[in-house]
Amino acid sequence: MYGKPLPVVSVPREPAGTFEFITTKKDELVGWARKFSLFPYPFVTACCAMEFMAVSASAYDTDRFGAALPRFSPRQADLLMIVGTVTQKQAPILRKVYEQMCEPKWVMAFGVCATSGGFYQNYASLPGIDKIIPVDVYIPGCPPRPEMVIDGIMKLQERIAQGRHPIINETF
Amino acid sequence: MTVPLFDVLQQEFSQAGERTAVSHGVFVIELAPAQLLPTVERLQSAHAFDVFLDVTAVDWPDHELRFEVVHHFYSTTHKVRVRIKTRVAESSPAVATLRPLYGSAGYMERECHDMYGIVFTGNDDLRPILLYEGFTGHPLRKDYPKQFEQPLVPYRF
Repeated sequence: MYGKPLPVVSVPREPAGTFEFITTKKDELVGWARKFSLFPYPFVTACCAMEFMAVSASAYDTDRFGAALPRFSPRQADLLMIVGTVTQKQAPILRKVYEQMCEPKWVMAFGVCATSGGFYQNYASLPGIDKIIPVDVYIPGCPPRPEMVIDGIMKLQERIAQGRHPIINETF
Repeated sequence: MTVPLFDVLQQEFSQAGERTAVSHGVFVIELAPAQLLPTVERLQSAHAFDVFLDVTAVDWPDHELRFEVVHHFYSTTHKVRVRIKTRVAESSPAVATLRPLYGSAGYMERECHDMYGIVFTGNDDLRPILLYEGFTGHPLRKDYPKQFEQPLVPYRF
């Protein structure tokens, strides 16, 4: 029964000369490619990690947005996700991780602690990671709902798609 | 809850003139700082209090002896806990280290030194453990300003 040959279906091919090339703008093409190949570096420090796992796993599945494969080296990542509270003692580490990432890079503040410090206002915690590194998208919530994270990823994709993508710039 | 050991302890420490009480199933002893080390030695050797649970402090800003250093011990033989309270003044917030008796005391005393500035005489390794080098002040003291930040990385704005 396994030896039964499969039927061969002939696929009509487009005649030569049609749809051989498309015209687009370089920024649009590069932006389109980059927005679906986000490699996140999860800088996970606190309880928001549970929600990060939920949004990564099959029910919500960030893989649909091309942002599922975490790279545990900042040199291979282009999206820095700060998931949880960052303390003053940890701030130099976060700064170093950010500086090790190659251009182009984006930063997502996941949860209210990374966004603004949340309800922490004391000697220990950093009142928002934007005090030390630039942030592209903020996701509030304690913890944020997976829908909010997906919305944040889509907002970031929109930003990447509409942004400028210089092939040669002042740093490269 | 009646614990036979508590009666023994109560008798022993009342004779020595210390204030004792039982609070939420924990035997509480209030001591002068000088009495701390011999008392803990006695608890460990005679009454099998073999686990050093924690040392912390309480800040009473209005009291003359501002800091109350609180030690907790547990006996795995008798399954009971003991709390020892010691009062020290702000000018010399020093109590004896328990490192010779309990190896784990070093870390907990470092934390207590971080947070309250209690000096543990005899512990020569009171480096910051939760805080960082260069941090000034003791953040769990009541007079530490709530919003005073000491960032290690300069803020962007």
